[in-house]
Amino acid sequence: MTRGRSLPWVLATLGVGAAALLVLPLVGLVLRAPWSRLPDQLGSPQVAAALRLSLGASLAALAVATVLGVPLAWLLARREFPGRRLLRALCLLPMVLPPVVGGVALLLAFGRRGIVGAPLHRLVGLTFPFTTAGVVLAEVFVAMPFLVVAVEAGFRGMDHRYEEAAASLGAGRWTTFRRVTLPLIAPSLAAGMALCWARAIGEFGATITFAGNLPGRTQTMPLAVYLALQSSPDAALLLSLVLLAVSIAVLFALRGRLLGS
Amino acid sequence: MFAAASLTEAFGEIARAFEDSHPGMSVRFNFAGSQQLAASLVEGAPGDVFASADERHMEAVADADLLAAPPEVFATNRLTIAVERGNPLGIGGLEDLEDPAVAVVLAAEEVPAGQYARAALMNAGVEVSPVSLEEDVRAVLSRVSLGEADAGIVYATDVAAADGRVEGVMIPSEVNVSARYPIAVLRDARNAEIAEAFVVAALGSVGQRILGELGFAPP
Repeated sequence: MTRGRSLPWVLATLGVGAAALLVLPLVGLVLRAPWSRLPDQLGSPQVAAALRLSLGASLAALAVATVLGVPLAWLLARREFPGRRLLRALCLLPMVLPPVVGGVALLLAFGRRGIVGAPLHRLVGLTFPFTTAGVVLAEVFVAMPFLVVAVEAGFRGMDHRYEEAAASLGAGRWTTFRRVTLPLIAPSLAAGMALCWARAIGEFGATITFAGNLPGRTQTMPLAVYLALQSSPDAALLLSLVLLAVSIAVLFALRGRLLGS
Repeated sequence: MFAAASLTEAFGEIARAFEDSHPGMSVRFNFAGSQQLAASLVEGAPGDVFASADERHMEAVADADLLAAPPEVFATNRLTIAVERGNPLGIGGLEDLEDPAVAVVLAAEEVPAGQYARAALMNAGVEVSPVSLEEDVRAVLSRVSLGEADAGIVYATDVAAADGRVEGVMIPSEVNVSARYPIAVLRDARNAEIAEAFVVAALGSVGQRILGELGFAPP
């Protein structure tokens, strides 16, 4: 009897502890934030530049990740070829790789001395490090796997008979993909895009390692938060609030899929 | 032990000498940009000793009433231009950094090395558009040694510590600045006596010999 009663208490206490651990930092952020200076700070050139850059780069990364990630998810879900499982594991690796390691790896591939970056630099004068394109590349590297996983699950879970029906009614393969397959995986695609965008806008480690830090060009919001904390903590808190609001918006948009309705 | 990034090798060696003469003691370091160390100390990070690469961030910690005793300057340093090995672009001085084709990396303005670099550039009447602003001087050094940047302004001691992966281009003394490194025991030091002993060691003959060997100048 005592055992039966005490175990739930232990669980409840640990559970409340876990919730406190997750929620208290956010409470601290909201309480310490200098709310009265929010309008001023949001209008400051540095914050505005970081905000613009973060939005632009993360949306560009989302576009690239969608255009490339959906076909990759389709390959992984629908095609049988040797090495598919290995390819899948490698493509999803950035989800669990420390982002700083991702940044180093990007330097070795796309840096000025990188295996792809060196010829690119020599032949067309294109360099990724220290450019906004580098920020987008870092964000795609880190965030695209989230989209691929979600869309791949969508491809696997859909009912193939609709496609077969479309084909038997004379639709070409491309038309079937556009008119039947894509609408069917739309919910998975939307969830994948939301996760991908959230991960891209929060990207820090790969960005600072690979693309560097320059206001207006490569200094995204998370970099601005980190560096402002050392010189003007108020600005860092306010930037953090903006990112918190973005995260809440993404969670809200995903509420049906992630949190259970 | 909170110490400026540029002290990594010097304080590592002083700590080894210190541990040899104080058996059972071990010195643990947090090396980073002085601005970051000062910010975390002011936010309540626990430490015994603070060694800054400039007096401004030592003052910030002093203003927060966190020092046990007034700081003492234990070393000085000079700036130099770090370039790739072999100096492929033939960079001869600060004025060559104005060329937009030269990718220049500086430390961020909050970082002591960034402050000093801006002062030297101003003395030379040179305007540079850096491609990246790094969070400490060692990050500037690694951009150059990885070949991503063509040049960076760092301390002379950093080039010496890079083991030939970069080359230094001298900045003449008329425009160069002298970086001053203060050290102090922190008020809330858990091991105040040992902390004091370490500061004495850094200021004393052993510390000064090691610092001198690595290219630092006496105060």
